Amino acid sequence: MSAAAAALAAVPTIPCDATGPVFREPWEAQAFAMALALHERGLFTWPEWAEALSGTIREAQAAGDPDTGETYYAHWLATLEKLVVRKGAATQERLHRLRDAWDRAARATPHGSPIDLANDPAGTS
Amino acid sequence: MQHDDHDHDHPHDHDHGHHHDHDHGSELSEAALRVRALETVLVEKGYVDPAALDLIVETYETKIGPRNGARIVARAWSDPAFRARLLADGTAAAAEFGFGGRQGEHMKVVENRPDLHNLVVCTLCSCYPWPVLGLPPVWYKSAPFRSKAVIDPRGVLGDFGVTLPASTKIRVWDSTAEMRYLVLPMRPAGTEGWSEERLADCVTRDSMIGTGLARIPEGAA
Repeated sequence: MSAAAAALAAVPTIPCDATGPVFREPWEAQAFAMALALHERGLFTWPEWAEALSGTIREAQAAGDPDTGETYYAHWLATLEKLVVRKGAATQERLHRLRDAWDRAARATPHGSPIDLANDPAGTS
Repeated sequence: MQHDDHDHDHPHDHDHGHHHDHDHGSELSEAALRVRALETVLVEKGYVDPAALDLIVETYETKIGPRNGARIVARAWSDPAFRARLLADGTAAAAEFGFGGRQGEHMKVVENRPDLHNLVVCTLCSCYPWPVLGLPPVWYKSAPFRSKAVIDPRGVLGDFGVTLPASTKIRVWDSTAEMRYLVLPMRPAGTEGWSEERLADCVTRDSMIGTGLARIPEGAA
């Protein structure tokens, strides 16, 4: 897939095996996919992404992140949030509110049913 | 929870099947919540198309360790003591390989036999043993798969091209927050004396969900 190949060329730190990126949990793949989609949409360039990501990682290391690779996608996610806010696609406040709404929706959803934001009992999103 | 297709006294039980250990609702990890928040706002504003995201993720759906599960199965076929440990406590046996979830969920391994075939179902990706099977396939999360698997498991197997003898009973395992299932498929005939590595190549992801059978890969016989 060429979009992913471009990302890998520009961001060589992405954890990979012989055939491409590897993920440890489903949300990591989701976060990876969002960055690909936003790049395609032109929200940022890969060099811009790489710089923002390394900034996030530097900050995390300064704050004591062990940087064993386990937290790679945590930094990836923080970078996504940072760029989305910086580019005006969303506000930090809106992201926080939606995070809380999803949390309430999940807790109100019986296990085994798909979690839908519409299940948020507060319904404020 | 399990449903046997031979004793359907309560055909509607499935609709209400998630009662006992589900009353406390679901829980998403902090990262998963933030990912959903981002996705919601980006979809809302038209920056990303959820179908396009699915398509990207689908490309990688086999990329979180389905080989992990295959290695476990191949070991179980080769090492009777490991097989016994695996069936007694799947979580502990998987941990011998260093595979495990971080939320402390348990994995039960269910063994296929000539007279019994196991099929695993759940609607939530969080109910999938992704440390051993990787990302759940899109069809696994689909409502039609789940409802049909419970009502007509033999029909679902047929959809996947799997036909079992009428004498083989089919058992459907419905994942819960606490319990994920991994199917131990039957070892294909003609693989006597194979190394674990060669055996692992016979183990497909679907064979560990129960929508497929382990097979000798083409050209490897």
